[in-house]
Amino acid sequence: MKNLLRILLLCTGTILAQSGQLSGNFQSDFQLYLEDEALDFNLENPSSGFPSERFLSNGFANIMYTKANFSAGIRYEAYQNALLGYPAGYKGEGITYRYAQFSKNGLDVTVGNFYEQFGSGMILRAYEERNLGYDNAFDGIRLKYSPLKGIYLKSLVGRQRLFFDKGEGIVRGIDGEVSLNEAFVGLNEIKTQILLGASFVSKYQKDLNPAYNLPENVGSWASRMSINHGRWNFNSEYVHKYNDPSAVNNYIYKTGNALLVTGSYSKRGFGLSLGAKRIDNMDYRSERDQNLQNLIINYLPALTKQHAYSLATIYPYGTITTGEMGLQAELNYKVKKGTRLGGKYGMGVLANFSNVFAIDKQQLDAFTPLDSTGTLGYSSNFFKVGEEKYFQEFSIELSKKVNKKLKFVGTYINTEYNSAAIVGYSYHGMIYSNIVVLETQYKIKSKHSIRTEIQHLSTKQHEGNWVMGLAEYTISPHYFFAVQNLYNYGNTDKKLSYPTLSAGYNKGTSRFALSYGKQRAGIFCVGGVCRNVPASNGISLSITSSF
Amino acid sequence: MKNALLALAIFTSSLTALAQEKTSSFPSVNLKSIDGKMVNTDTFENDGNPIVVSFWATWCKPCAKELDAITEVYDDWQDETGVKVIAISIDDARNAAKVAPYANGKDWPFEIYLDSNSDLKRALNVNAIPHTFLLNSKKEIVWQHTSYFDGDEEELFEEIQKLK
Repeated sequence: MKNLLRILLLCTGTILAQSGQLSGNFQSDFQLYLEDEALDFNLENPSSGFPSERFLSNGFANIMYTKANFSAGIRYEAYQNALLGYPAGYKGEGITYRYAQFSKNGLDVTVGNFYEQFGSGMILRAYEERNLGYDNAFDGIRLKYSPLKGIYLKSLVGRQRLFFDKGEGIVRGIDGEVSLNEAFVGLNEIKTQILLGASFVSKYQKDLNPAYNLPENVGSWASRMSINHGRWNFNSEYVHKYNDPSAVNNYIYKTGNALLVTGSYSKRGFGLSLGAKRIDNMDYRSERDQNLQNLIINYLPALTKQHAYSLATIYPYGTITTGEMGLQAELNYKVKKGTRLGGKYGMGVLANFSNVFAIDKQQLDAFTPLDSTGTLGYSSNFFKVGEEKYFQEFSIELSKKVNKKLKFVGTYINTEYNSAAIVGYSYHGMIYSNIVVLETQYKIKSKHSIRTEIQHLSTKQHEGNWVMGLAEYTISPHYFFAVQNLYNYGNTDKKLSYPTLSAGYNKGTSRFALSYGKQRAGIFCVGGVCRNVPASNGISLSITSSF
Repeated sequence: MKNALLALAIFTSSLTALAQEKTSSFPSVNLKSIDGKMVNTDTFENDGNPIVVSFWATWCKPCAKELDAITEVYDDWQDETGVKVIAISIDDARNAAKVAPYANGKDWPFEIYLDSNSDLKRALNVNAIPHTFLLNSKKEIVWQHTSYFDGDEEELFEEIQKLK
């Protein structure tokens, strides 16, 4: 590690003499935690997570050097100590990412750390979600090569990042993609675009288990297709994984598979998309005993809408990697200007429906319970929907500009949330909720705007009803000030409120944000990754910049 | 030792950063177009006129606000400066199929590409979206801005006008 860094620095030093390009970015978050009686968040109550340090910080910087076909970079990360809600493995500081890359004559070579995705990512995806502490980057070698026009090949070997360490398992993968239209001259000019792709991924981890004979090499393959014809789009990918007994699947020897099919039709002012997926025993990690978000090789997307309003993020769906099947449909429509509904500026309509069910699981025989360790686990009819419903949601959003100064966005969301299956809330069972949101944006004068949100969530289960209000004042391009409050008035146990004051300053690529207030406990998700954050009270400062 | 090395690295890089010219060239990365083609950023072209590259995602509300705001004034901007706006979605497999319907449903007149594993986002050191870049006639980055407040498009347009 030290040696590598030294070499990298040496290289950097010599190259800097010539003209190249340096760039990078930086983020630092600080939080001072304050004791709070209402939240029971204090030193006397260690289970509340109150940090004895009182002050915590996370930070990182990426520095990248590029010259012609060469680039190299490092990332330094520091957790002193990590903010509440971050995985416990982030402790300390150091260089967590370094790479060198060059490309020549269609060959692209990366050594060191890299992120990669094959197809939709259901077989392999290394990526980072820095604000949630998710990072499964590879450390190894990657080659990309395009031998002929329209043919794209990739291969990689590496081990994955586990906080400040690496997983034991070695991951090997190859991927090929062919654009038929680019590859065959006769198809260059036709309207229909076809891409075909296939991947093979395998992981190796030594078997030291005394009781079972576990596979040391676990292979998986995937094939995919993408067809586009004018306004029509169709994408599909199927993944198969050979037997992979692991902590997550309770050490069953069943093979796994996943199918994702999406289609869409769209033209100016109208868009419709449909998606379907089925996942069966597809948790795939480079160490079989890992859990949580650690050392995951693949990415299994949740086919549900990703919400931004704060009350709509109280019950977020996360993929159940051991088995689920579901559908999603989304409609985007712009009601034309000059019509009765559309008025002078038109009106936006966005409607979404999604559901997720368990997959069919049948016992292997009358004496073996489902998912018994050391067996094939269960049998499953591919086309049969399981009995348990995990999630269902319908939402509609209408956006309307009234005049040059005033805009409204109204949203309604109806959710059924199987908390026992998705996350471990204290309430077990289905949570039925209805959410309404009214957002208003008003332009006071040039560059000065005020935005408000009023949100209400009603449910008879879990923590009961919530109401939320927000007012935000922005002065373009530099300043914002906001005040908000969430109030859990329907909670029979404790009616807590979570007020927050915040302010920020932006200049170019730098951003400073300061906030003071309370954070509700809950599951916070970005992309496909969620983390559990305890309730807290404090002052936080966040600084980001790039150059 | 490690720390000393790091300090050195940061020091050297900050020095060189200072010595750099303000502009920097646009990285070469493969993206997918919404009509299913593999496209390299080297092929971005606007006949020597300015190009705006804006990062967004279907789940990012301020991103949609920014692109909506530009849509409203886009005809005027194009008449005056010939500028072209390229909108890069960082949606991954969860939302990738929704990108074209979303952009079309909103009637956005921009070129749209998918950067589904954030390769271009990383190459440009983007921390968070929305993040907008302005490229001059040589496709060098002359200005960039992160986040969006109502009215920010006016500042962007002033920067575009400076290039004419």
